[in-house]
Amino acid sequence: MTLTRREPERPPARRSHVPNEGTPEAAAVEQARKEMFNESRAATLRRTRIGADVVCEALILQGVDVFFGYPGGVVLPLYDVLGDYPELRHILVRHEQGGAHAADGYARATGRVGVCLGTSGPGATNLVTGIATAQLDSIPMIAITGNVPGALIGKDAFQEIDINGITLPMTKHSYLVRNADDLPRVFAEAFHIARTGRPGPVHIDITKDALQQETTAKHITEAEAVAGLPGFRPKLEGHPRQLKVAAREIARSKRPMILAGHGILHAEAWDELRELAEKAQIPIAHTLLGIGVIDETHPLSYGYMGMHGWKHVNRAIQSADLLIAIGMRFDDRVTGNVRTYAPYARIIHVDIDPAEIGKNVAVEVPIVGDAKHVLRALLEMVERVQPADRQDYLAQLAEWRRESEAVSWHGSGAWREGHLSADFVIERLGELTDHDATLVSDVGQNQMWMARYAGYRRPNSHISSGGLGTMGFSLPAAMGAALGRPDKETWAIAGDGGFQMTFQELMTLVQDRIPVKVALLDNKKLGMIRQWQEIIYAGNYHSSHLLGPDYLKLAEAFGIPAFKVSRPEEVDPAIRAAQAVDGPALVWFLIAEAQNVLPMMPAGKGLSDLIETWGGPDSEPEA
Amino acid sequence: MSTEQRPAPAHAAPPARALPGSGETRRHVLVTIVLNKPGVLNRVASLMRARNFNIESLAVSHTDQPDVSRMTITLRGDDVAVEQVAKQLYRLIDVLKVQDVTSEPTVERELALVKVRATDRNRMEIVKIVELYKARVVDLAPDAVIVEATGTEAEVDALVALLRGFGIKELVRTGTVVMVRGSQSIEEAVKR
Repeated sequence: MTLTRREPERPPARRSHVPNEGTPEAAAVEQARKEMFNESRAATLRRTRIGADVVCEALILQGVDVFFGYPGGVVLPLYDVLGDYPELRHILVRHEQGGAHAADGYARATGRVGVCLGTSGPGATNLVTGIATAQLDSIPMIAITGNVPGALIGKDAFQEIDINGITLPMTKHSYLVRNADDLPRVFAEAFHIARTGRPGPVHIDITKDALQQETTAKHITEAEAVAGLPGFRPKLEGHPRQLKVAAREIARSKRPMILAGHGILHAEAWDELRELAEKAQIPIAHTLLGIGVIDETHPLSYGYMGMHGWKHVNRAIQSADLLIAIGMRFDDRVTGNVRTYAPYARIIHVDIDPAEIGKNVAVEVPIVGDAKHVLRALLEMVERVQPADRQDYLAQLAEWRRESEAVSWHGSGAWREGHLSADFVIERLGELTDHDATLVSDVGQNQMWMARYAGYRRPNSHISSGGLGTMGFSLPAAMGAALGRPDKETWAIAGDGGFQMTFQELMTLVQDRIPVKVALLDNKKLGMIRQWQEIIYAGNYHSSHLLGPDYLKLAEAFGIPAFKVSRPEEVDPAIRAAQAVDGPALVWFLIAEAQNVLPMMPAGKGLSDLIETWGGPDSEPEA
Repeated sequence: MSTEQRPAPAHAAPPARALPGSGETRRHVLVTIVLNKPGVLNRVASLMRARNFNIESLAVSHTDQPDVSRMTITLRGDDVAVEQVAKQLYRLIDVLKVQDVTSEPTVERELALVKVRATDRNRMEIVKIVELYKARVVDLAPDAVIVEATGTEAEVDALVALLRGFGIKELVRTGTVVMVRGSQSIEEAVKR
């Protein structure tokens, strides 16, 4: 495969997660928007303005154009006024979990805040998995739920559950609103909290009577919201003394490596990252959620690290004398056994959340700050290094890369002649989408193949549930991503396990004409479970074999064009056919049933203990 | 037997990376200033549980500012673990300030009420002990007394241990509260 180098495209201008309060433009915009609501929509329509109107106004003020919800008894007041706000597009999902994932996918694709809505009780609890997914990956999201009327709270009323108590430990912040007058302040604060500093989900629970209550409460500016949050002042600039120490460490290092994570994408700091790497000639390794921080064809992009990362990347980390970790948190899937992790390296750790620094590994140079601010400052301070000065090191890395790609590119694992291999499918998908589509992976083997073989060139072109590892994430998240970035082709890539968890959202694609293409990698297995059972549990396959429906008939029932692929030569035509469909389409890939994702670091082992080839007991079960 | 250190061979395994923290646990006292919003105690307690931090005592009270509360948290852990607690507390939106006052000069107090079995024969003995500890008897019944004691946790521990010999019917302690000596004020630092 030859990849020609291209500059990654910049996504369109958008609201940054960094508060822009204080700038004259921001103040003018805020003022204009506020005036727009001096005469509320409700007043124009000669009816009473109620809490539900305030919710709609607040969403519009915050720049929300689409949100995902499911009605129910206590949120009906909101649905009753929603028709008066045509600028708010409401997507009726088939399950609240899908709504939460869609808001999440929208946020990841655009950098804006995603919004989802559910009713009280089961509607609220169905959102929980999606909120937790957003929390673990620091995704800016507002989850709105209705609750029973205030007087009934605590009485075990119909569809009452303490959803505030449930979401408390897995949100960045949460609110229970019992009075409509509080809604403007709560929404302004919630959006500010969700997108500022380390982003995260904020839950707003609103009682039914608050939605129905008449109110004249005025909206507030972001600056006013900030003033009401004295305990929330994220630090953006790195400490000058620590920055100086970091620059000195970088100047002294002979074998430096940048570990780039999701924080780079949140801070929109990919240009600064590339400039730093080029100026100091430091290769960049990335985490799963850091995919897209650098064009993978860039000479200094070294690849994906960790449990299923490239062997050359892990090898380089193990021999590095300096790790510059930016916007990543030394997750156990990245470090393996911490005692044996990067034994020769000193560590510079840049993160906007002070709690991440020193949590999993001890570091020599802690820097608390926003990746963009810190990288800009470092860029000023580091010495320019010529490629020739790092020649030995970079040549060594290139050699390791050749060795590891020879083993792991094309045909990882024990798949059989004539069977379709998953890595081949993924590679073709990346190629045929011009490495420019938004690719949303599910969880498990498909996720790892996606991380390794698709080839990413653009920030936010890869979306995946990393921290929580939520199966069933891909289809609903792709739905949100497609609505957020309609200018980009969007693919959901799922295994047959994850797909069967949330495929009801296919109907949402049809009803709301969302052009998501689905690549279904069907091995009739819970593939990663099967792989662990083969390699770690001595081939004791229990509950990893999985039947599925005839997906052509399934797609037909939904009214979605579908294509079945069982041989390598059918891959390109099927992907092209799906791309030609104006609307959603599904491609069903019957991939090899016993293919493993290799290399693999068994849980509890270290980065040096990768299993690169596996010729173990050939125990492929019958389909 | 030789105790001489031989140089490590070139192929020796690299040294293990040190884990964060010294591993030496001791008692820490954290003063936490929080906004007095609904659920803030729940947030702090939930965080402690979810992050596996073990609280020894937690005292919550008003401050001189109506919208601000003060929590005094005592817990055991090594320096890095306690620093993690403080950092995680700072992630809560309603937390304004966290200060580890363990190694600062402080006034530390706890109040205890102890209901002790007392008979005509030993009542005077109890009263003597109570006087020696500058505690006082605040309730008298034919077969029991209630002792009120204030002091550091250790002082209260000592008195309770002595009273245990008479038979304790009931014991309640407020948990430790502290204030740093001198003119500096944690509360003023967050004045709004």
